[in-house]
Amino acid sequence: MIQLLNTILIGVTSGAIYALMAMAIVLVWRSTRVINFAQAGLALASTYIGYEALQIVDNYWIALICAMFAGAAISAFIEITFMRILLKHTSSGPIASVAPIIATLGLLGIIKALITMIWGGQDAVIKPPLTNTGFSIGTHTLVFSPMKLAIIVSVALLVFVFSLIFQKTNIGLALRASAYAPEIARLAGVKVDLVRTLGWALSGASGAAAGLLLTSNGNGAFSPESAEFSLLFISGFIAAVVGGLDSLVGAVIGGIFLGLITAFVLMYISGSLFFIAPFVVLLLVLFIRPQGIIGVKAGRRA
Amino acid sequence: MSLIVKNLTVDHGAIRAISEVSFTVETGKLSAVIGANGAGKSTLLRTLSGLNKATEGSAHWGEHNLLHGKPESHVRSGVSHVSEGKSVVAELTVEENLDLGALWRRNKKEAAESKKQTLELFPRLGERLGQRADTLSGGERQMLAIGRALMSKPNLLLLDEPSLGLAPLVIEQIFQTIRGIVDSMNLTVVLVEQNAMGALKIADTAVVLNLGRVATSGSAADLIADPAVRAAYLGY
Repeated sequence: MIQLLNTILIGVTSGAIYALMAMAIVLVWRSTRVINFAQAGLALASTYIGYEALQIVDNYWIALICAMFAGAAISAFIEITFMRILLKHTSSGPIASVAPIIATLGLLGIIKALITMIWGGQDAVIKPPLTNTGFSIGTHTLVFSPMKLAIIVSVALLVFVFSLIFQKTNIGLALRASAYAPEIARLAGVKVDLVRTLGWALSGASGAAAGLLLTSNGNGAFSPESAEFSLLFISGFIAAVVGGLDSLVGAVIGGIFLGLITAFVLMYISGSLFFIAPFVVLLLVLFIRPQGIIGVKAGRRA
Repeated sequence: MSLIVKNLTVDHGAIRAISEVSFTVETGKLSAVIGANGAGKSTLLRTLSGLNKATEGSAHWGEHNLLHGKPESHVRSGVSHVSEGKSVVAELTVEENLDLGALWRRNKKEAAESKKQTLELFPRLGERLGQRADTLSGGERQMLAIGRALMSKPNLLLLDEPSLGLAPLVIEQIFQTIRGIVDSMNLTVVLVEQNAMGALKIADTAVVLNLGRVATSGSAADLIADPAVRAAYLGY
């Protein structure tokens, strides 16, 4: 019973972090139709900036917000100075479908090299603001801790704010229209280039939050070589695919789903399958329901 | 103000889509552009709204150069384009589709006034404000597409085949509505249509395109009476 509770709570916590990364991937996909591999590096860079902010303000939550703004700024910068020009130059021909992917992989390399140049290769530590010692139920101590609870609450809050932006504001309407039907949006007067940049900025913010919260799900240590960060992108990508790649709601559900699956594999089958489980989920989804588990109609790409 | 198109030539890669097309539409008039499939009608409209680039020629709406700038800036100068195939965003609600057309407008009071007018013109849309656009019937979607364009407060409206895929009775209704808009709002309309008879009946003037060139043009009444046009495009 305790083990089941532990498994579910751990799964939801990691799933919440995957959900943020999945949202970041979906936001870029929706606005530009590119899978941005550089997002792994972007999250890491934003986490380092959060780490620097923490040294100055000494408040974790303000540092988190700083990291999100930094992530948004870097992501928007990449879209304006790099992706926009690249996509214009490679819009046709045999290279059109692979060029953006290779380019974002290259960007990932550049970002990681820059991080190592600036911060070195050793571990940095962001001390979690709350304890990672688990709650107690009677004589049992759970793995689920105040910090993990805070992670879930933070993600829920961010998802809520994002959905408010998308559903209730004019900017959200412009973002959705541009994602679903860019040509009609332009004809209606929406400045789609600007909206695309905004989509990238929101994506950068979401990825930054995922990065910082990820460190606090562990002991707070991270480095440019952290396996967790590489896995974060992969998990986020798989969660996004599970959710249909086009839907923010799908990204959140996909993230939680993936978090639960990996937690159950870890706790009930074998720890050594932990790294394989996400890929098995990905393959199963691609074989059985390539449009994702959320019933988004396949086909519409306009 | 009038729409003046001179020697407009547009290429799609190596293929010449329209060639040296010239015509004029006076303000407050409805001009039909008719012709067979592939005659270049849609290309003409897409070039006027900034979606396609022209190779040569000129196109002006009053002082405004239509061959310069993007669609999103043309809208701000009063040029609205309803593209082919019920140009609505299927995933958004009816109300969101309407609001989309007025997002760029600073004066929200005027935008609200446009919405009121649009809903008076299309009361059916008012009953379905919260529904997703893809739940509407074909005719309702076309009304929504036109309504979205009207929300941008246009003075030049470019309509691409509003009759496409609609039942004859609905087509009749849409055409009457378009004529009504021209008369009541003093709009200038370029109406591209394959349904040549329906379009000529409500139009003031017309241009017949054939393989990207102007075959003939003139008043709609004259063209209906022209035996050559009747034989080639009206089918009798």
